[in-house]
Amino acid sequence: MLRVVNFAHGAMYMLGAFATYYGAQLFHVPFFAALIIAPLAVGAFGILLETTLLRRLYRLDPIYNLLLTFALVLVIEDVMRLLAGPLGSPYSTPDALGGVSNLGFTLYPTYKLFVIVVSVVVCVAAWWIVERTPVGARIRAATENPVLVRALGIDVRRLVTATFGVGVALAALAGVLAAPTTNVQPSMGDGVIIYTFAIVVIGGLGSIVGSIVAGFALGLLQTIGAVVFPPISTTLIFIVMVIVIVFRPAGLFGKPETSG
Amino acid sequence: MTQRIGPVALILAVVGLVLPWVVYPVVAIDLACFALFAVSLDLLFGFVGLLSFGQALFWGGGGYLAAIMLARTHVDASIAIVVGIVYAIVLAAIVGAIAVRRAGIYFAMITLGVAQIQYFSAFQLTDITGGENGLNLHSRGTLFGFALENDRLYYYVALVLIALAVWFAVRLVRSPFGGVLSAMRENETRTVALGYRVNRYKLAVFTIAGGLAGLAGALYAIGNHLAGLEMVDWHTSGAVVMMTVLGGIGTIFGPIVGAGLFESLEYFVSKMRAFDLFGVHVPAIGEETNMVMGFIFALCVLLFRRGIVGEILARVGKRREPH
Repeated sequence: MLRVVNFAHGAMYMLGAFATYYGAQLFHVPFFAALIIAPLAVGAFGILLETTLLRRLYRLDPIYNLLLTFALVLVIEDVMRLLAGPLGSPYSTPDALGGVSNLGFTLYPTYKLFVIVVSVVVCVAAWWIVERTPVGARIRAATENPVLVRALGIDVRRLVTATFGVGVALAALAGVLAAPTTNVQPSMGDGVIIYTFAIVVIGGLGSIVGSIVAGFALGLLQTIGAVVFPPISTTLIFIVMVIVIVFRPAGLFGKPETSG
Repeated sequence: MTQRIGPVALILAVVGLVLPWVVYPVVAIDLACFALFAVSLDLLFGFVGLLSFGQALFWGGGGYLAAIMLARTHVDASIAIVVGIVYAIVLAAIVGAIAVRRAGIYFAMITLGVAQIQYFSAFQLTDITGGENGLNLHSRGTLFGFALENDRLYYYVALVLIALAVWFAVRLVRSPFGGVLSAMRENETRTVALGYRVNRYKLAVFTIAGGLAGLAGALYAIGNHLAGLEMVDWHTSGAVVMMTVLGGIGTIFGPIVGAGLFESLEYFVSKMRAFDLFGVHVPAIGEETNMVMGFIFALCVLLFRRGIVGEILARVGKRREPH
């Protein structure tokens, strides 16, 4: 949306998971509270990064922001590695969500069901805010033409900062949700961010609907791939990405742009 | 331009010649290979403005292919290296045909994505690549009948090839072809209007850069007796971007300096012991060198985007800004 490609998003995801873990270890924060506290904390950290560092580079080629966030990933990951050790720590599924649910036609782990419901709700909410509310209209306008939006008396800088903060908070939320399913470890953001990039490229940059559809579709595709022919499941997403670029360079839901 | 670059080239040549007597010869081999790797990225990023975040595709591809040839077929090292380069070139031509359709961030992401395909392939095709363990070489084989086991000898052989490749890169960017590249970077629309098929030029550079990275990777893998997953990892793509930017994009010689600096700094930091700085205890960083490298790189992106050599050239001469 912001024409900022945030390499550090994976790191924020990781920080969200760690915030959950340490919250539970040190302050006995229950999981449901962590769902709110961790994104807020990491979101605040993201806003701090945006206002102190990323903002300085907006007038340059966006590629420099990509480079800067890449540098941040390296720093954040290694700091966590020094603090927490490279191996990671398990975080148990909250009791209320343990066990399996009977869906009538199949049994499904309750926690996974919970994750699916939360992510669908969050995705729909994100789409609704961006596409259907006045705030969303401002964000979209600011992406299209920041100068004009500023002339209309809207504080674009604050808008960008806030949007960035929300984006980071969402990444952290994903991290919290992932904490019980995977080991909480410093490099957990690594794999995720590359998948995320591929999903965004396939869906079309700046198109929330595109990202959501591509994200879910690919998740499904990967599962099918894993069942049919396991070795290919990890590369499948990138193969799809290549195919999409060949036939629809702007992504499935993206609008063709005049220049990169 | 020749006069201004001349001294830098001379210094680099001297450093290149004495290097294996100053540091461990194997470290010198690594440095030289990374230098060429960084130059290959600079051709793309510095001269065309295309940031490849998947350059490890060609570096690792060239390395793996050369290692596979040596380990499985016992051919002459020259053939192994050529196969590595050819593989990288073919790969670059295919990937480039897809990637040059987009620019900027998309280009970076596409190259990154395709490089990941190779990473996972190398990880899973254990029969061919050795999977997680990588592919170990018992010997470097022979080059036209001469054994390459002596590290210093191998270094000088590699140095000659790398120097030739760098010379080729310099000739390329100063040729009329290079002029078109700069024109594309500065104003693509106008270059199109002048009748140049920019995508063909981009593809050509991408392919050449891929070949250079393939050569660097092949020399690196043979030099280290190992083609490992690290060579195809996206962190390696990131590291070479850091080297290039640190040294100065669009300068050809800058990335060489950047590669040298980056590698030596990384080595130094990893060997650093815990110490006290003004009463603050600084722990030994050990393997976590990325923290320091990332910090330095962040400073570089924020404060001196022209890189080290770029800044020096800008101070000395009236060189225009890269962007």
